[in-house]
Amino acid sequence: MTTIQTVGVCGAGTMGAGIAIVAARAGYRTVLYDTNAKALDRAKGQTEAFLAKSVERGKLTQAQVDTALAGYKTTDTLDGLAECDIVIEAVFENLAVKQELFGKLNDVCPEHTLFASNTSTLSITQIASGCGREDRVVGMHFCLPAQLMKLVEMSPGLNTSDTSFAAAWAFCEALGQKPVKTKDAPGFILNYFLVPFNNDVIRLIEAGVAEPADIDRAIKAGLGYKMGPCELLDLIGLDTQVLLCDAFYGVTHDPRCAAPPLLHRMVAAGHLGRKSGRGFFSYDTDKMYGA
Amino acid sequence: MVSYSIVDTGDSRSFPEDHPFLAGSGAEGEVVAYIGAGAISAWQEDLSRTAILVELHTETLGEVTGESRGEEGSNTIGFSRFRVGDGAPSDLVELVRQPHTDPAALEAARMVLEGAGLQVSECFDFAGRILDRLIRPYYNEALAKLDEGLATADDMDLTVKLGLGYPEGPIELLERTGLHHHHDVTQALFEVYGTRHYAPARRARVAKKRAKRGLS
Repeated sequence: MTTIQTVGVCGAGTMGAGIAIVAARAGYRTVLYDTNAKALDRAKGQTEAFLAKSVERGKLTQAQVDTALAGYKTTDTLDGLAECDIVIEAVFENLAVKQELFGKLNDVCPEHTLFASNTSTLSITQIASGCGREDRVVGMHFCLPAQLMKLVEMSPGLNTSDTSFAAAWAFCEALGQKPVKTKDAPGFILNYFLVPFNNDVIRLIEAGVAEPADIDRAIKAGLGYKMGPCELLDLIGLDTQVLLCDAFYGVTHDPRCAAPPLLHRMVAAGHLGRKSGRGFFSYDTDKMYGA
Repeated sequence: MVSYSIVDTGDSRSFPEDHPFLAGSGAEGEVVAYIGAGAISAWQEDLSRTAILVELHTETLGEVTGESRGEEGSNTIGFSRFRVGDGAPSDLVELVRQPHTDPAALEAARMVLEGAGLQVSECFDFAGRILDRLIRPYYNEALAKLDEGLATADDMDLTVKLGLGYPEGPIELLERTGLHHHHDVTQALFEVYGTRHYAPARRARVAKKRAKRGLS
């Protein structure tokens, strides 16, 4: 297995941009790919700002940042990923989209290149299916925001070779991240627990058991969680919760994973959470959470 | 300040040790709190009080006061200081009301508890209240997924701590506080709700059987 020197990241959204920061910060040559030039420009600007802030906070030296930025580039063509030793996809959460991407990358990248998927809900085995190098595809689910969160859920697909998984695991550790191994199962660990838990919270509200503020207070004071579930749902976005439910229920058929009627009603009413100014709570500011 | 007295029936899950709530009580008061394992049996209706607090475990308030046509409610309020199994009680008290509970009773109960440094969440009278209703299916799923080999216990615990900021993972929490207690709570919830998510997980059933034989 070739030592990883160059990292490709597909998708310049919030997650992809964050993963690219992680790779560049760890000293890897990093290529961020997206078909949207504006998204690439935005990601590059966010990366420069984040790394500059890291220097201000004493987390990185200016020399480290200079090295990271010197090795960071963007591309709007897949050919720009031809030199990569690993490509991590963080594109739209759709099986066909990811399968098509890996199929195309198989023609562009060298034989040794590992493909990793940042999917949070889809099967790694299914994403890898038909791409031409199923033995070199692994799941690497970073947490949002990737540049701040250490956890990475790593999953081998049914056809992933031990060698490939070990190489991806070592790479994850070299990034400075903390990998945990999970089976290729819907939602892996985090979302498997979180999505139905949040639905249970919504059902409690719908059933009139308690108000959102009482539920959040109970969870924080009773269990020591940093954030209440209603506050978290407002941050995630209630429309995003619907998408997660649809993805999960589609593969598990577990009633707890089905979107509760109240969730659908709130989304229909435009109560999407912080992004719309109103969800389970009202927000009179557009400041980013935690700012 | 709302004055209150306590009727201690022994072995309180909410107040197993000294606490400002116990220290702040007097011989008489506007509010009376029945605490301990015998609280429900000891409860007596008393309309001269602003509020009557009754400690609950897996019971509901309706079992204390009776219910009628969805119009029940009085000056009697249920309460439970949340704790998991043998773990220390938290600072959170779930205050249980009925549809027509007297708002003045609720307010007095809240003042008494908050005055003792506790936090209060109000809920209607459903088995499991807020927290057990929410966390028990999650703990059951964690135990089931451990059986199915989704990940190791350590990795599951680490994942929720790093990924969600939880102070403790589900497996380590249940082992620390007594898995057989999880069985008892989920069995009670399962009897009420009847859905599989509340049915005690296999590992909890095993722990319960061993506990009955005096084994840990």
